[in-house]
Amino acid sequence: MSTQESRKERIDRGIKVRSDGLYALMSWRELCYLTLPRFILITGMLSLPFLVPDMYWQRVISIVCIYAILALSFDFMAHYVGLVSLGGAFFIGTGGYIAGILNTYFSIPPFLTVPLAAIIGGGFCTLLLLPCLPLKGVYFAIVTLMYPLFMARIIEAFDIFGGTDGIIGIDSFSSSFAEQYFVICILLIFLFGLRRFVTTDRGLIFTAIMDNDQAVKASGINITKYKALAVYIASSMGCLAGACLTHIYMWSGISQFALDFSILPIAATVIGGSGTLVGPILGCLILVPASELLRDFGTLRIAFYASILVGFILFKSGGIMEFGQRKYEQFERWTKI
Amino acid sequence: MTDPILKIDQLSKRFGGVKALENVSFDVFPGDVLGIIGPNGSGKTTIVNSITGFIKPNSGNIYFKNKNITGKPPHKIADMGVTRTFQVMRPYYSLPAYKNLVIPLFSPRAKRTGGWRGGGTLGNRQTIAIDILEDIGFERDSYIPFKKTSTLPTGYLKRLELARCLALKPEIIICDEVFSGLSMSEIASMVPLIERLQDEGITIVMIEHRLRELFQVANRVMVLNFGEKLIEGSPTEVMADKKVKEAYFGSEEVEEVMTYA
Repeated sequence: MSTQESRKERIDRGIKVRSDGLYALMSWRELCYLTLPRFILITGMLSLPFLVPDMYWQRVISIVCIYAILALSFDFMAHYVGLVSLGGAFFIGTGGYIAGILNTYFSIPPFLTVPLAAIIGGGFCTLLLLPCLPLKGVYFAIVTLMYPLFMARIIEAFDIFGGTDGIIGIDSFSSSFAEQYFVICILLIFLFGLRRFVTTDRGLIFTAIMDNDQAVKASGINITKYKALAVYIASSMGCLAGACLTHIYMWSGISQFALDFSILPIAATVIGGSGTLVGPILGCLILVPASELLRDFGTLRIAFYASILVGFILFKSGGIMEFGQRKYEQFERWTKI
Repeated sequence: MTDPILKIDQLSKRFGGVKALENVSFDVFPGDVLGIIGPNGSGKTTIVNSITGFIKPNSGNIYFKNKNITGKPPHKIADMGVTRTFQVMRPYYSLPAYKNLVIPLFSPRAKRTGGWRGGGTLGNRQTIAIDILEDIGFERDSYIPFKKTSTLPTGYLKRLELARCLALKPEIIICDEVFSGLSMSEIASMVPLIERLQDEGITIVMIEHRLRELFQVANRVMVLNFGEKLIEGSPTEVMADKKVKEAYFGSEEVEEVMTYA
């Protein structure tokens, strides 16, 4: 049909409108409509370890989750606080090294080193990022990009924590199932926790700081305190992911400060849909396995990887989540003008 | 004679070579509505920014209730009850209108005082926010308080600026051009609101270009020109002063002022 005589219109589905308010609780159909996407995500994630064929792909699941936690923290910082952070590698490396040190030097078991690395690492990262907090947008991004390079060079130059060899002989998780369910559960807890958190009154302050920090100051609120809190939340998530990574590879080294950890979460956020929190996770679920599949192409891998990214940006620039949400909530039809 | 609630003493501020303020001193007394007028670039907004801590003056002191607040960060000054509106409105565009007020209601000051009429603590901030909005002229039964802020007309945004101050239970509101950009009918409904706030015991400092409406509400007016204080007095004194007319319109066109004011 030509666009001269008709146009496409989008209308909210009846069930979407009916399940908007509190009344949705009174009907099973509306309740199912609301919970179905969440149910699919949770059961899908939890059944992943059973669905994949072999050890190799089970390891990929853990890596997906680690990147997903990182992407989640990036999305939270960039689209709910307004701090675009390229410090993913900084968080991963710090968390990884802390877990490695705690495990080898103090022989603390993995299930304790991971939360400890999150708490201590979060504090450490926040402390180092504190001077950059007055910066905004791309300026904050550039400074945070400096930190992973800085840490890697410090470790290399002073030859501390194993220098370029890294820390070896770190305990792994007790079994591969324990490893996968540990990271999957942490990912889901962070996802739903953050989604909840950003809608609370305290979470609204973050959005307000992103919109207009001057007005928040004029409202008698110390914005540095809240920015530091946001950085602490995001960086302890990243450190936790890094600690898991260390225990999965039984090794922590300088390559954990590699910029892949800063860049891939951003690509995943772009593909999945920015500001949705779920989107980055879907992005990681696509990008990380895709990058593994493309290994067969050898050196052309990066070229294919790049074309996937460009394709998404050209044809689905809003991200998968935005597209999926629109399809789920609205229907389209052609009408005569 | 009561003590001034706000005392500005020899305030000076330079931006590079530009003298924005030059030894400006004035007092604000409790219950006052002080108008500050002056041509563009005369330093009016610089005064607001200095008092509320958004810029640090080069010299001079600002006292609030005999406490020196010069150079304190903005959130500390707002926490003491000295609040401001912005000339270019600064709402949170991605939030619905009523959620704009959840932010100030979450501040330490609002937690202490409970917001404009009290009660704005723990959990019911969103209800209190809607109450405040209704109080300053958002129609409750309409969808306006729930609309996205970016879709609201200027009149509501200006009220939202005032509401943000009120949510803090302020002692002083410094209004930076609340009338600018509004239609005549919007201004007409804004004037009684300012008068009502004064009746409630809130001290108001108004920076304004709309002289007719300002002279209706203000009991004292100060005129600035090129960063210096020209004159301070009652609206009638200021209107009659020749220097003021010259500052605004040049020395030749005195007749036009008479017809305007």
